[in-house]
Amino acid sequence: MSTFVIVYFAFLIGASCLAAYMDRRSVFMPLFSLTLVSFVVGIVGGTSGLWFIAIAAGLLALAAGTSYAFREFLVAILPTNAAKELKTAPLTAAFGLFVMFTYAIAGFFAPWIAPHGETEVIASAFAPADENMLLGADQLGRDMFSRIVYGTRNSVGLALLATSAAFLLGASAGLYAAVRGGWMDQFLGRAADVIMSIPSLIFALLMLAIFGPKIIVIIIAVAIIFSPRVFRLVRSVAGNVVVMDYIEAAKLRGEKRGYLIRKEILPNSTAPLIAEFGLEFCFVFLLVAGLSFLGLGIQPPAADWGSMVRENATLISFGDITPLIPAAAIALLTVAVNFVVDWMLFRSSGLKE
Amino acid sequence: MGDIVSLIGKRLGYGLITLLVISVIIFFMVEMLPGDAAEAILQMGATEENLAALREEMGLDRPAIIRYFDWLAGAVVGDFGVSITSGEPVSAIIGERFVNTLFLAAYAAVIAVPFAVILGIVVALLRNTLFDRVANVLTLTSISSPEFFLGYVLILLLAVRTDMFPSLASLSADMSFGELLHRTFLPALTLVLVVTAHMMRMTRAAIINLLSSPYIEMARLKGTPPLKVIVRHALPNAWAPIINVIALNLAYLITGVVLVEVVFVYPGIGQTLVDAVSKQNFPVVQACCLIFAATFILLNLAADVGAILTNPRLRHPK
Amino acid sequence: MSATGKKKQVLLDIEGLKIEGFTGEEWVPIIKGVDLKLHRGEVMGLIGESGAGKSTIGAAAMGYARDGTRISGGSIDFDGMELTTATESERRALRGARIAYVAQSAAASFNPAHKIIDQHTEAPLHYRIQKRMEAQEDAMELYERLRLPNPKEIGFRYPHQVSGGQLQRAMTAMAMSCRPDLIIFDEPTTALDVTTQIEVLAAIRDIVDQFDTAAIYITHDLAVVAQMADTIKVLLKGEEVEQASTEKMLSDPQEDYTKSLWAVRSFKRPQKSRPKDATALVSVQNVDAAYTGGEKVLEDVSFDIYEGMTVAVVGESGSGKSTTARCITGLLPPMSGQVLFKGEPLPPSYHDRTKDQLRQAQMIYQMADTALNPKVRISEIIGRPAQFYSGLKGAELKSRVDELLDLIELEPSQYYDRYPPELSGGQKQRIGIARALAAEPSFIICDEVTSALDQLVAEGILKLLDRLQKELGLAYMFITHDLATVRSIADEVVVMQNGKVVEQGPKEEMFTPPHHPYTDLLLSSVPEMDPNWLTTLLEERGVDNVGESADV
Repeated sequence: MSTFVIVYFAFLIGASCLAAYMDRRSVFMPLFSLTLVSFVVGIVGGTSGLWFIAIAAGLLALAAGTSYAFREFLVAILPTNAAKELKTAPLTAAFGLFVMFTYAIAGFFAPWIAPHGETEVIASAFAPADENMLLGADQLGRDMFSRIVYGTRNSVGLALLATSAAFLLGASAGLYAAVRGGWMDQFLGRAADVIMSIPSLIFALLMLAIFGPKIIVIIIAVAIIFSPRVFRLVRSVAGNVVVMDYIEAAKLRGEKRGYLIRKEILPNSTAPLIAEFGLEFCFVFLLVAGLSFLGLGIQPPAADWGSMVRENATLISFGDITPLIPAAAIALLTVAVNFVVDWMLFRSSGLKE
Repeated sequence: MGDIVSLIGKRLGYGLITLLVISVIIFFMVEMLPGDAAEAILQMGATEENLAALREEMGLDRPAIIRYFDWLAGAVVGDFGVSITSGEPVSAIIGERFVNTLFLAAYAAVIAVPFAVILGIVVALLRNTLFDRVANVLTLTSISSPEFFLGYVLILLLAVRTDMFPSLASLSADMSFGELLHRTFLPALTLVLVVTAHMMRMTRAAIINLLSSPYIEMARLKGTPPLKVIVRHALPNAWAPIINVIALNLAYLITGVVLVEVVFVYPGIGQTLVDAVSKQNFPVVQACCLIFAATFILLNLAADVGAILTNPRLRHPK
Repeated sequence: MSATGKKKQVLLDIEGLKIEGFTGEEWVPIIKGVDLKLHRGEVMGLIGESGAGKSTIGAAAMGYARDGTRISGGSIDFDGMELTTATESERRALRGARIAYVAQSAAASFNPAHKIIDQHTEAPLHYRIQKRMEAQEDAMELYERLRLPNPKEIGFRYPHQVSGGQLQRAMTAMAMSCRPDLIIFDEPTTALDVTTQIEVLAAIRDIVDQFDTAAIYITHDLAVVAQMADTIKVLLKGEEVEQASTEKMLSDPQEDYTKSLWAVRSFKRPQKSRPKDATALVSVQNVDAAYTGGEKVLEDVSFDIYEGMTVAVVGESGSGKSTTARCITGLLPPMSGQVLFKGEPLPPSYHDRTKDQLRQAQMIYQMADTALNPKVRISEIIGRPAQFYSGLKGAELKSRVDELLDLIELEPSQYYDRYPPELSGGQKQRIGIARALAAEPSFIICDEVTSALDQLVAEGILKLLDRLQKELGLAYMFITHDLATVRSIADEVVVMQNGKVVEQGPKEEMFTPPHHPYTDLLLSSVPEMDPNWLTTLLEERGVDNVGESADV
């Protein structure tokens, strides 16, 4: 029984009792469940198991605290309308916004944040971390940390670009199909079905095999692969708007299609479209990361998270977690975007549940 | 019953046409490349004469349309031509590996499907409780993580740090079934994690959607006990959405398998595809793509047919 | 309909009932303290607009709070049992057995996976009141009493194999299966056509009478509730306005709100006759139409509309009255036949019509909510046609919009910059009218323009339309299923059924017998305020004829 174990359980039990006494059921239940779980973990895994739980809980609390503070910060600086909606946002959404904000900063100010250049060789291969290199060196002796920071630009930038291309293509086709109707609508729908019946990664691999792993090929491939999904959503959202009487009124007035889309349909479909953009971004980001991991994405020497995992994967068999950091960076951003999208979808679906 | 037969027939025909269109895309996209297989095989040693000779031998001097039908006819009986790099028949390279991939996917599916569907239903029944919220965050995290991230984390935790499972999934012919399961456990677990999360979320959404229907409220207002509401009133109508969720996720498994095979150096068709892509070995690429697409379409087809078969309105026509 | 119910014992006693609903952010009150006392065998009508909380009270009477709502105060005493404090299983034991529920949409409330009779017998079997065979025989007897065709066989069908009106009666039978003390009817006939509604109303009333069951009858239709209820309670925004016996409530309402609901259409205007030696402004000639791939929905439809006159087109849903409007506007080009405007044939599709042809015919829609783009300012909604057709800009455009707002009796400065969701239903409908007027048309199609509005507001809209007709010499095609509206505003009437014109002529002629049989059925099926209307009608038609005659 080390002091840590005693302090650990004393804290948990004390906090549970306090919560129970204050009649806070939503605080008490998780706290006491954690205590019970800790008993089991303590017996099976010993002190190290408890340390793991303590660190995890601490990180969670830190994340929750940061999210809470960030939400309050946003509420304070934003105009009243937006602030009002943010106030009711769950902490997960605030966490997502905070992560997105951090990534944006890292991406924009990469050259100032990173201590070393993107492709600068400063040490021997796989040199361990020291005060000069926060996370050590990669397989060519470049600073890992700097490359991760630069990777924000390359990986996220490429995914954003590709998503925008897919979105532009899919959304304009969807709006056109909704307004035009008839055989064109049918044809576009069928074409979307066909493209969607090829698994996305397989289609991307096929395109890359033929045209070679170039950035522009990736963007075009992603645009073709994901535009049908956007198309379907936009088609159905716009389809719900198109049956409105005000669209009929505008049609009977003799308005052109451009006016219908711009003035009548788009203003009524922005919310689901923004959510869909976030969702698509996640899919694209994961796909592009997968391609990079297979060595078919952004080509070296540019820093890219997916390729960094592949290049340094050998370290894992020595128990080193460094190669997991870029992978975690990918996961973190995707989780963040998903959290925000989840909140937006919940808001737009109203009080369905 | 005639309605059902014609609906399923229509759906099957539609799937077949889709597959044909995809085979056209796969074949002719490769055709768009400058140069052909003969040049690729001979590479630097190409002269006009031996190029022409090889083209004639491989039948490359015939028009693309004819070669497409040749290729398609071959593909139907499992003959995808010869590999550019090794000269072996593609089917010999792919055959065994495809079986390995199917084994891995089936391994993952057998664990994930019952687990995810049951958990999904439980989460739907406990919606808006703490359990539901935690499950939501966990599944969201899981589907947001790239497969290789999950794979390496599992290697780190279960292979490197604790040495419970091998980190590389190498197979040999004389392994016992138990050893096979043990060796391939980590890749299967990686797939299970991703697919379970997807499936749970979709099952939850489908069940919640169902529970808000007026006939469920009617059943409650008739005094039906909660369990009976689920078993008698919700479940008979839930098959279609659940079958759909399962088929979609099995289809998802097929894609996810590529990355997982690379992480664990598993001798499956996904690895082969990635190798062939980087070596521009087109006959193999085409064959793999066609196989993946066909599996994908087949699963979607199965979902639709399942939905048609379990729809009471179609089963008991007017 | 036992009017002696008052002496009987109290069955349901609700006091100070408060219910809250969750908006996603906070709990807001839906029911703000309502009392309700129901005696055995008494039928109480709950009436009010949508959002008045009728349906929520109905569910609460079963001790049931829908998802997203909660009972936050008051007491519900059912035959000596306090439902707000009872356990869930105690409350559940009442449902189906002693309190039953009949929902608005029978089609959605029957489980598509099971046969009707299996759903019917579920409660009796569960409560062990009857064995399966007994329960099935009892179901057949109930089906017979409710005048369902083939009572021995119909229960063995699946819900989607049976028509809406029959399904609604089957659901009433299901509610009766355990012979409950109380049945909650939640708008049981709202989704039905008038001619089908009658048979369901008659069936419900008979069965409630025969078993002397107490009932809460929820509806927004006054004439319906007058037929069904012994007492009427009027609700407004979660609060009670007043309660009285049906006769008293109809003859002598106390509150202003109730009076406004009761107010019979006072508005009437003299019938105009066709101008002599003039060509019709709009002439529909032998139009046949079908939607792509479907069957014919219009067959040989012909009628004329003269300048400055109002032609009402009446019929039930599916009669083709809205399709006719789509043919006139060119949204659905007819298969054969043509539409003439001032003697000139109009191109069949609106794509091929000139700006001037489009300008001449405008539309006003039933649902003002979907007729006005919620994201566009009022000034632009009204201004756009003026800008589009007449090329007005800047100050000219603004003064035209002001003029139009004046015309529809809305203060320009107040409404200029607002968005449609900020307006009330009647105001929105006026904006819709202004948008039509902005094009300076000679002919306006009014598609059920008053049916989504309250009586008083609707009357205001009718008066406005009449005034505009006089001032601007407009011709109206008035699509409606409401005969009261027809009586007050029409000059000529066209009756449609199944895509054909059944009868047409000047209003006075149409409303005096002899009628075409369908016109007669339609006219007589529209419920009237008189509490004895249904009884009289059934006597006239003969009870046994109701089922068949209405089984369209």
